[in-house]
Amino acid sequence: MAVAVDTTRGMGASALRKEDGELLTGQARFIDDIKLPGMAHMVVVRSPFAHATITGIDSTAARRLAGVSAVYTADDLEFAAGVPCASNPTGQVRQPERPPLAKGKVRHAGEPVAIVLAADRYVARDAADLVQVSYDVLPAVIGVDAALASGAPLVHDQYPDNVCVVIENVTDGVEEAFAAADVVVKQTLHNQRTIPGAIEPRGVVAHWIGSSDELMVHSSTQIPHFVRTFLAICCNVSEAKVRVIAPDVGGGFGGKLNCYAEEFIAAAASKQLGAPVKWIEERSESLVATIHGRAQDAHMEIAADGEGKILALRAHYIQDVGSYLQLLTPSIAHLTLFIAEGCYDIPQVDLKVTEVFTNTVPTDACRGAGRPEATHAIERTMDALAAEVGISREEVRRRNFVREFPHPTNTGITYDSGDYDKTLDRALEVSDPAGFEARRAEAKSRGRLLGRGLSTYVEICGLAPSAVTHAIGLTPGGWESATVRIHPTGKVTVITGTAPHGQGHATSWSQIIESELGIPFDDVEVIHGDTAFAPYGLGTYGSRSVAVGGTAIHKAAGRVRDKARQVAAHMMEASPDDLEFQDGAFRVKGSPDRSTGMGEVAFRAWQGFDLPEGVDPGLDETVFFDPPNFTFPFGCHICEAEVEPDTGRVEITRYVAVDDCGNVVNPAIVDGQVHGGVIHSVGQALYEGVIYDEDGQLLTSSFVDYLIPGAPDVPSVETYRTETPSPTNPLGVKGIGEAGTIAATAAIVGAVCDATGVRDIDMPLQPERVWRAMNEGGAA
Amino acid sequence: MMRAVTVTVNGVSHTTGVEPRTLLVHLLREQLNLTGTQVGCDTSNCGACTVWIDGDAVKACTVLAVQADGREVTTFEGISDGVSMHPMQQAFHEQHGLQCGYCTPGMVMTAIKLLEANPHPTDEEIRHGLEGNLCRCTGYHNIVAAIRSAAEGVPA
Repeated sequence: MAVAVDTTRGMGASALRKEDGELLTGQARFIDDIKLPGMAHMVVVRSPFAHATITGIDSTAARRLAGVSAVYTADDLEFAAGVPCASNPTGQVRQPERPPLAKGKVRHAGEPVAIVLAADRYVARDAADLVQVSYDVLPAVIGVDAALASGAPLVHDQYPDNVCVVIENVTDGVEEAFAAADVVVKQTLHNQRTIPGAIEPRGVVAHWIGSSDELMVHSSTQIPHFVRTFLAICCNVSEAKVRVIAPDVGGGFGGKLNCYAEEFIAAAASKQLGAPVKWIEERSESLVATIHGRAQDAHMEIAADGEGKILALRAHYIQDVGSYLQLLTPSIAHLTLFIAEGCYDIPQVDLKVTEVFTNTVPTDACRGAGRPEATHAIERTMDALAAEVGISREEVRRRNFVREFPHPTNTGITYDSGDYDKTLDRALEVSDPAGFEARRAEAKSRGRLLGRGLSTYVEICGLAPSAVTHAIGLTPGGWESATVRIHPTGKVTVITGTAPHGQGHATSWSQIIESELGIPFDDVEVIHGDTAFAPYGLGTYGSRSVAVGGTAIHKAAGRVRDKARQVAAHMMEASPDDLEFQDGAFRVKGSPDRSTGMGEVAFRAWQGFDLPEGVDPGLDETVFFDPPNFTFPFGCHICEAEVEPDTGRVEITRYVAVDDCGNVVNPAIVDGQVHGGVIHSVGQALYEGVIYDEDGQLLTSSFVDYLIPGAPDVPSVETYRTETPSPTNPLGVKGIGEAGTIAATAAIVGAVCDATGVRDIDMPLQPERVWRAMNEGGAA
Repeated sequence: MMRAVTVTVNGVSHTTGVEPRTLLVHLLREQLNLTGTQVGCDTSNCGACTVWIDGDAVKACTVLAVQADGREVTTFEGISDGVSMHPMQQAFHEQHGLQCGYCTPGMVMTAIKLLEANPHPTDEEIRHGLEGNLCRCTGYHNIVAAIRSAAEGVPA
């Protein structure tokens, strides 16, 4: 009987997501939905001070409260190691010890000091308020300028200048280039401190099973295998006895790309208590317990000839790393340095990153991770160069675009492929620059100032190969794993090392399988996020999943197909070379009626009899794929924004995004990533910012004070694409999760500056700041 | 200090003891195991906890369980029959109106009420109708598209 098989959802189709069913009917399982018998709720007692010596902890009253199971401090829980940092770009990074629970000193407001455990979460919360911690308050150092000043208080006594690391990259002819320049533009850009801001806060459920000494941990994480490895190290348990499960994860944006103190504390507490322990982060807690992002100043200088052709770039970045180093902290500004040159062919560079300790929450990867900062700095400085030379902002970019690929940069990486004119041309074509003056006049008739900004960006995805990740000081490699398993009935299980949290991997990976094996999308199940099932996987971050993890699936499927071809040939008594594979079946060339479907092959491979010589039973292949290079997506974003001159209020009236992320697996998902990425940076450009007072108290400690934009606050995003395949992987894909975020701030600030005639304004462009810039002058 | 409350949730009456300070969202999630309603912020900003009380969309993290005594509550689990999705859920699916899905229950609960009040809203009216719900993944673009699409399915 012929059965209609839907094979229309391969690579390139906007297949509707298979993840949606559970998420849309309340059947999803997020971290706070997990309940284990006998589970205790953990509440963390945190330092109220930015810098202090702990002189005593009295937990008597907390312990006496009815329903409290235990109160633990650093003296009660044993750890074999501290909170890990897996990044050391120069080999010279100062990596301070960081015990999961503070010992002796606290170095930021919010640092964990003690925990309370109770069966009832309200009781645990009450008891936390009864833990009396005595402190001798020390002077705090807030902001990089204060930290680098002579005589500044020291965040760590052993580091007398508060400097964590200095990374430099200088070519030989910089001074000569500046001396020979017709034009030099200078600009300082402040990339304010922000938060990742996933709507689901973090959480962990740890269960130390005493009878077998096994540790099972559910965590809302982007990196379950890393969490497993570091739980094993930190909690001194065999890694083979640790199982980490990332359940449905409610957004990450870098905030869950880490191994956090609370994960180790919950595991150790579960062992000590003899019961499962659950910790769910409260939002106000999240603001002081989950990493922050950005917090980088860029001091930019461009030397150019009279035509606007760049001769040299001097970029000195000062990165606020906060009080301690989280998993990748030192690498974030290193990524800024790598991509400092942007889309431009720059002969000489003097690049320097200075990373500085302060008494604040550690910074680490926040959507874009170093590349939004780099893009904002170079793009805003290109605008300044255009103004100085007296040419358009488009033209200054065209005069400097890289046009030959592969392109080795001065920072030691090689842009794989690109066509920067193409995305700029497309953005101009769809955004009607010719009609701009008419729109500006129309806005003026309404008392509004209209401006236009653009950003041409290139970014880095898929940190790999492992030789490079090692060379740049990252402990883990850059590869990814995949298993493709064909069951006897012809259905498929894919096990991926990626760890999606909204990216739709189950859908996209199923599409890759449909294209590679001709097995329908609906017959594919994707397993992720459980270390008990999956070969080691590096997880989801840095827009790496499709380029590395997707390619691993493509390769594993290819191996399955190669093996199936041998079995099919044997079954049809033909030579493997005489078979062609199409629509999920092998056919003998020239004899289209002789065919064997993948399902029949899988069944025979499972039966195991009469297989070709040297072919083992089963159709089950695992691949570890280590790409030969990063991928380098690029694009051009154009923003038009109106400013209300009496108030300084900004409204984005049009936003056009042209992105080139190579070949596309699912256009709808790619568009969705761009929408979200752009709006993340609309948040940074217009609304968001972490603010500390001079004593290190966080003033933006809830969503009342830290403004995540809502639907009325942001524009629609028009998405367009060009496709320049990556030569780095056989799928020709690049990555798109962060591109919007990387591109957007420069286009938005550029539009507001164009509207107001102010050279630059520090983000966020809140009304008062714009009004003051218009009336009192903008940023330097 | 326990108080007995009787709340009809998704058509089923529950009588249970709660502390007077128990939030409705915790009664739903912890006692009734209706975990489709999420908590994202503690300050009524994010709207992930949106449910309906007597037909009005409210934030269950800002309502005490005792305030729901004697009232009818509908949660995300209660808007579909378990076989087919509510048209708004279907619209979110078809328009890729969700990514991680964490804000989605609150968005859908708000969106249904939005269209009840204004069956044919403009995009601007949709955006203003969502001002109490935050999403970090989608940039709202496809959420607006989903609600517009659902509205187009509403008879004029």
